[in-house]
Amino acid sequence: MTNQNQKHVKTLVKTPTGILGLDEVTLGGLPQGRPTLICGGAGCGKTLFSLEFIVRGAQEFGEPGVFIAFEEKAEELATNVASLGFDLYELQEQKKIKIDYIHIDKSEIEETGEYDLEGLFIRLGYAIDSIGAKRVVLDTIENLFAGLSNQAILRAELRRLFQFLKDKGVTAIITGERGESSLTRQGLEEYVSDCVILLDHRIINQISTRRLRIVKYRGSVHGTNEYPFLIDEEGISVLPVTSLQLDKEVSTERVPSGIPALDTMLSGDGFYRGSSILTSGTAGTGKTSIAASFINAACERNERCLYFAFEESPQQIVRNMRSIGIDLQRHIDSGSLQFQASRPTLYGLEMHLVAIHKAIRKFKPTIVVLDPITNLITVGTMSEVKSMLVRLIDFLQVEQITVMFTALALNTITNEQTDEGISSLVDAWIQIKDIELNGERNRGLYVMKSRGMEHSNQVREFVFTKTGLDLIDVYIGPEGVLTGSARATQIMLEETGELIHSQALNRKDRELDRRRKMLEGKIDGLRTEFESTEEELNKVYIEEQIKKERIQEARRNMEDIRKGNPTSNNPDNKESK
Amino acid sequence: MDDINLMSDWEQQAEDETFDLRLFVAGTSPVSIRAINNLKSILDEYSSGQYNLEIIDAHQQPTLARDENITALPMLIKKAPNPKRLLVGDMSDRSKVLRGLGINQ
Repeated sequence: MTNQNQKHVKTLVKTPTGILGLDEVTLGGLPQGRPTLICGGAGCGKTLFSLEFIVRGAQEFGEPGVFIAFEEKAEELATNVASLGFDLYELQEQKKIKIDYIHIDKSEIEETGEYDLEGLFIRLGYAIDSIGAKRVVLDTIENLFAGLSNQAILRAELRRLFQFLKDKGVTAIITGERGESSLTRQGLEEYVSDCVILLDHRIINQISTRRLRIVKYRGSVHGTNEYPFLIDEEGISVLPVTSLQLDKEVSTERVPSGIPALDTMLSGDGFYRGSSILTSGTAGTGKTSIAASFINAACERNERCLYFAFEESPQQIVRNMRSIGIDLQRHIDSGSLQFQASRPTLYGLEMHLVAIHKAIRKFKPTIVVLDPITNLITVGTMSEVKSMLVRLIDFLQVEQITVMFTALALNTITNEQTDEGISSLVDAWIQIKDIELNGERNRGLYVMKSRGMEHSNQVREFVFTKTGLDLIDVYIGPEGVLTGSARATQIMLEETGELIHSQALNRKDRELDRRRKMLEGKIDGLRTEFESTEEELNKVYIEEQIKKERIQEARRNMEDIRKGNPTSNNPDNKESK
Repeated sequence: MDDINLMSDWEQQAEDETFDLRLFVAGTSPVSIRAINNLKSILDEYSSGQYNLEIIDAHQQPTLARDENITALPMLIKKAPNPKRLLVGDMSDRSKVLRGLGINQ
């Protein structure tokens, strides 16, 4: 921005208007020392626009201004803008501004020949010189054409007037009614002005939107879009939508979600600061509660939060959140939380955006909640809402403000596309789904996406307690995903089952033991039997042995007897052999 | 300011039939000179001398020009007799001047 300004210094000096947003659109303001035309239909804000230019110049930039009114008397003007906090009387007393009312009544004028508008020039010149004015407004100059009939003279004089203003070196605004085929009725002002700003007041679907467009700006680049603007109790605010480059700063700082279990799902720390979060779900799934606990946690960290409610009134939200143990009232009282509640149909989408911008700039929050964005669709089409949100997210990211949107999702296919439309813009998307089972409706929460961080792929059951929100692991078993009482039952069943199971195991163990003992007994019997058989066999064998020995002995004895050796009967004899 | 006081004093003296006129001009521009000459000749001819004409240079009296709500020049303001009328131009259209002054031809 500073570079651009320096660049413009060489070519064209600009006078800042002080009107919120306009100086950004015009990259610095109106051309200094040159006339600018502001044109538009009735009631589009021309007079207010030009008056704000004068007042801001006097108050903020120390540039005195002259306001030449052709339509309204000074008193009327003062009354009209008193509601905006502009005290014209005081400014006039301080010689910061000068208001001159010029009125020409055709009925009391007789044109008797050639004339010029030197009188106007003299008055204008005198007014400028008397307070050293740098800014001049002529509102609305074509009223001269209503009072005087000689078109040729008037057109020539108008040209001279523009030159006169340039010679005086004042930055001038000339307002003009919009003509049928040209920007102004006379089709002249737009050619002699160096800058032309067109104001527009459109009603679409019974909802009004004010827009501004810079038609031409000699010697300067400028935004060419139509910019919505808002007139409220603080004057005009224009919404610049030019910065669509994706080069904003990013933060690695984390912002806790206020639900510890949800932080755990988001790799432990919550969302990134300056990111955008979408919380979607069907009706009654607790989107507002998530948002409330998010801001509650932020307020407890002494962050400033701004809550845009499009559905419920602040009082309603505060009351409802008490039921889950969140006291928002104390944050409102301490000034860290502010509610901005408005019906979506209050004004058009663009105006909402301007209003949001303005509120954010004023309150300077670090966290913003929009609840719910789906209600905005009632005042615009899906693509309009999307483009509005793009611009809003863009703005918030530049300001490093974390934003949470809530969106109502319906269980229809078209609305799943709706979700997609918005979800591609956001950095994190938390979805809450109804899980209907066993005549019960429970909430399952999961993180659909969370850019730049590991996040849980699991569905958690989302429960409300008297002390806040919590997430519980859902039961996933052979029966599928179970929640609510079904989950509790299943857990109970499982515990019982385990008990029975262990019981059964014990029984089986004992049975085995018994069988083993039985078998061991049997083995013992068999072994005894085997031993006795073996013994029997041994006995037979030994007997046989003994028998054999006895026979041999007997035989030897017999031999000895035959040989006549009686000592051979002696066993010692036998051994000596 | 002096002028205004002077005028109001003077106004009180002047009654019904007397024309009370102020002609605002822009210096000595040709159109201003023409207006002064044309007006004088008309008045001399039709008002039988019963007029007070003040010629004011708007350049010299810008505050007065503002107070009298002057835009186009030359401009003649007929303050009396009623109704108040404004005549714009170099007074070359004699019939319109007379109509503006309320003089029956």
